[in-house]
Amino acid sequence: MHLTDQEKEILDGKHGEAARISLSVLVDLGELFQAEAMTDISQVHIDTTIYMVDAGVEFAEHMAELGARFAVPASLNPSAIDLRRWREYRTPPDLLENSRRLEAAYLKMGATPTWTCAPYQQGMIPRFGEDIAWGESNAIAFANSIIGARTNRCADLMDICAAIVGKVPRFGLHLEENRKAEMLIQLEDITPEMLADKAVYPLLGFLTGEMAGDRIAALKGIPRNTDTDALKAFSAAAASSGAVGLFHLIGVTPEARTLEMCFQGETPGVVLEMTRKAVRYARERLSTAQGDAADVVVLGCPHFSFPELRYLARLMEGKSVHSNVVFWAFTSRAALGWARNSGILKALENSGVMLFTDGCPLQYPSEAWNFHTAMTDSAKFANYCYSQTGLEVTLGSIEECADTAVRGKICRRDLL
Amino acid sequence: MKKTLKGKCVVPGKCEGEVIVTSQSVSFWGGVDPGTGRVNDPRHELFGESISGKVLAFPFGKGSSTGSLIMLELVRTGRAPAGMVTIRIEPILAAGPIVSKYFYGKEVPMITLGEDEFSMLKTGQYAVVNATEGCVVINGTKIQKNDLPRRG
Repeated sequence: MHLTDQEKEILDGKHGEAARISLSVLVDLGELFQAEAMTDISQVHIDTTIYMVDAGVEFAEHMAELGARFAVPASLNPSAIDLRRWREYRTPPDLLENSRRLEAAYLKMGATPTWTCAPYQQGMIPRFGEDIAWGESNAIAFANSIIGARTNRCADLMDICAAIVGKVPRFGLHLEENRKAEMLIQLEDITPEMLADKAVYPLLGFLTGEMAGDRIAALKGIPRNTDTDALKAFSAAAASSGAVGLFHLIGVTPEARTLEMCFQGETPGVVLEMTRKAVRYARERLSTAQGDAADVVVLGCPHFSFPELRYLARLMEGKSVHSNVVFWAFTSRAALGWARNSGILKALENSGVMLFTDGCPLQYPSEAWNFHTAMTDSAKFANYCYSQTGLEVTLGSIEECADTAVRGKICRRDLL
Repeated sequence: MKKTLKGKCVVPGKCEGEVIVTSQSVSFWGGVDPGTGRVNDPRHELFGESISGKVLAFPFGKGSSTGSLIMLELVRTGRAPAGMVTIRIEPILAAGPIVSKYFYGKEVPMITLGEDEFSMLKTGQYAVVNATEGCVVINGTKIQKNDLPRRG
């Protein structure tokens, strides 16, 4: 790997121990993936933000204590908790303390306290073609596929290293030739009516991730004006069922205006069909719960945008959450600010919806809430729900989630 | 009967242990419980199995970018696999062992094999992984759990 004089100095420890460790990790990865050189990046989204295990706190604190300061703007993925409304979130003291330790370490190194898994919806939005280093699988997939910025699936810890030196090894999705589609997925009998239903997008994403595995898929047939929040749900689902860093939605995403563009002039070698039956079956596969009970209804995985909150407020207008159910919606601090300013926050709270920022429902303090079953509109949440929370889960649309919360039992209709 | 499988070094080092193999991809986050080292994804064919101290063989990684953090924690608490064998690699999978090396000074050797060589691996075999030299040596027959040498 070709290293500049400055990079060699960093590896020699002349720019401090934190920079030396960081660049050593990145150079090892670069050598492994045959990078020719490092590349400068314009921003980092740090995923190592949820207190999950002590190794994460040890790493961040050690780097901060070594004097590390982020070389480029760095946004933060969710904390384990709502750092401001931790009491309402019934946060146990040790989880609060560890989350605060992570917060202090990152703020000391100069991070922007975004605390959201949808950084691409407010404030830290990268440009087309820009080299960035992002963690958080849904954000990586969105940045590469919907925006056309360039990031590898930046691993936890590697994201911190990248922010400290402002560089990543130039390989993988940073190189145009590696962004070529490797397979084509066609929507066989999936009708325009189905594609007008936002609840279908997490299922399409989930199936795309399964079909793609670790390959780059191009999907034909997604309408050009598909809502950004639907694309967010698609990205999150695809990146939870496959090692998906990039997909192409032909006619939607900037690198894939046409089929020829995303296959870089070649003919698709692998062509697969996605059927209506597979979409319906995916919804059943992602629902593990039996019966019609739901103790908690979870929205905002990834974090809800302001339009999603506004739509939820409309669904809940004149209604209130049933006493059997806890209704959670997770969002960013930025979107919460708009919700507060527009009166939507008050309306949602009056109907009994609990709005949290910063946190991740997959990491909620489970011992403080006696839940057994969950309902969600997120295929990502449903996919990880049992392994992360131990809850049985039902996947539905946002409308069905709101109905369920109001009636106190699962309300679900058949997909089109 | 011993057999030597030639592959490519991902993370250098040498280890040995009981092989646990799956044809399914593995996500460490949402797939392996860092507190026990057991596979906790109910949809995975290894559900409930421990990977600690074993030579974990799987075709490729999937899922969340938090996988590397879970690996660092497994290393920190001594519950990591002894080593890993895959067919393909991606950075999230490799980052855990690489950070472990620089941050905790502990090795989790990792190697890739071709599909044919990978298919020679069977759960319950005893394997010596020499990632530095790019090879895995396996016993031709399966071994009983009680016959395993104790790990120091």
